[in-house]
Amino acid sequence: MIEPAKRAAINDLMADYCHFIDDNRLEDWLGFFVEDCVYKILSRENVDSNLPLELMLCSNKNMLRDRVLSLRQANIYNIHTDKHVLGVVRILGEENGLYRVQANYTVYQTNQDGVSMLFSVGTYRDKIRFEGAEPRFVEKIVVADTFGIPRMLSTPL
Amino acid sequence: MKNEPSMTWPAGDLSRVPFAAYHDPAVYEDEQARIFRGPTWNYLALEAELPNPGDFITTTVGDTPVLVGRDEKGVIRAFINRCMHRGMLLKRERCGNAKNHTCIYHQWSYELDGRLIGVPFPRGQNGHGGLPADFDRKSVRLHQLTVENYKGVLFGTFSESAEPLVSYLGPEVTYELDRLFAKKVKVLGYQRQRIFGNWKLYNDNVRDPNHGGLLHMFHATFGLYRLSQKGGAKLDARGRHNITWNSLGTDNQAQTEKGYEGTTKVLKQSFKLADMSMLRYEREFPDDVSLVILSVFPNVVFQQIANSLCTRQIRCKGVDEMELYWTYFGYEDDSAAMTEHRQKQANLVGPGGLISMEDGEAVELVHNTVRREKDAHARVEIGGKGPIKTSESLVSEVPIRGFYSYYCELMGFAAGQVAAE
Repeated sequence: MIEPAKRAAINDLMADYCHFIDDNRLEDWLGFFVEDCVYKILSRENVDSNLPLELMLCSNKNMLRDRVLSLRQANIYNIHTDKHVLGVVRILGEENGLYRVQANYTVYQTNQDGVSMLFSVGTYRDKIRFEGAEPRFVEKIVVADTFGIPRMLSTPL
Repeated sequence: MKNEPSMTWPAGDLSRVPFAAYHDPAVYEDEQARIFRGPTWNYLALEAELPNPGDFITTTVGDTPVLVGRDEKGVIRAFINRCMHRGMLLKRERCGNAKNHTCIYHQWSYELDGRLIGVPFPRGQNGHGGLPADFDRKSVRLHQLTVENYKGVLFGTFSESAEPLVSYLGPEVTYELDRLFAKKVKVLGYQRQRIFGNWKLYNDNVRDPNHGGLLHMFHATFGLYRLSQKGGAKLDARGRHNITWNSLGTDNQAQTEKGYEGTTKVLKQSFKLADMSMLRYEREFPDDVSLVILSVFPNVVFQQIANSLCTRQIRCKGVDEMELYWTYFGYEDDSAAMTEHRQKQANLVGPGGLISMEDGEAVELVHNTVRREKDAHARVEIGGKGPIKTSESLVSEVPIRGFYSYYCELMGFAAGQVAAE
């Protein structure tokens, strides 16, 4: 049985994670991760074939910081806004303070002409730990059903 | 209904490329016949993807679906992925292992070498229906491509008049393939990217070493690839393939700053990474070359960017769209740490690549911008006009002219009939 307060906090974290990306608050978004976090975007095709390659891999929080910095300073990508739609959050279990959490997502991208398209649909398979009262991502694993990436993968999913 | 093409190739040295070539549907149709089904060799797959008899993968050559598999005798074969009955896609899966190839529509069944072995109810039922008496099963076999295996890289051709693969590639290309495929490879996984532009625009992109150090700021800032470094654009004798290469750490501050003067966005001294491990190059080849982008006409790029190794296959999806299919690999004898390093370095390229994501954007925007420019031309002069030859500098786009010289030959386009403006 998971305490209602913890369940609510995990739900908030999952929702905030999405809204911070959509609101382009990527520097603040970094705060949702522990220092030794792992962030991966996986192609479902590789997962199903037991192939290790990621679409994006940050094996610690510094690599995530570098991703954000690179988006801000270096990369040139399609000008767009993201909109996440998060499915129902499932808390699958807890072991030694580590919560296994799963949820489906969709991300729509809208271009400068105001035209929206489905950019990605997939599943989060996460591990969350509480630091005091605050839940944080130890692992954020995005398994993208949309592994034929339209255009490019710039902002995180 | 085909109008006379307004398209012209005014410059004999191919320093002008008509924008109409990227948009004309009739040109696209001709390309499928004259280029992809013409006397070219197309990348199909890596042999490492088909280790056992019965293993198969599905791919495309241009936009034609192709089935590549290993038969019972171990011979690698490629066929149009189409049942000879009514045109059904024979194999739907991306990959798998099969004892034979059976069409799901009417269960026509083929040996792994392409021969038809079975048709259900050949004599019909109760003396009625079935195949005609003169149906000759032996005369039916899958439409086969000729396959050649160079050091574990599989190429196929539709044409019986294609020159032998080794001479098609030429010594410059086989040198690079020998280097990259000196050891047995292990596939690490795939990435796919939909690019909303004509397939030739991506060929232009990879034959343009100049943009690498300008569009891709990540490259320039961290010195993985700078126009001020030792490097160049090497062409084969025919000019149709290109090898862009460079060596890390071969420029100095003064050269770099001078070259990039005035381009405040490109080389940002203040931009520093918190984790530099991704940029580490563990030397693994006998030379000091740290980057090779080898583009082989018409559908593949082989990449070494530091320790990130992959093939990029161009798959046509109509005149306005292509799929870039990235196959990342390491070597069978890689340590676990090396595999991890290659995965980490895969962040540099692919659809989410810190270096390469810009290419998808550039190709799409050029494609859309020139749609209406039917009488205008791209200007391809950097690195010099005139003879198409190897360049000792990265500030060059001569390989684009090389691509179009062979392209025009195959397409029957006369270049230089009208004077360039």
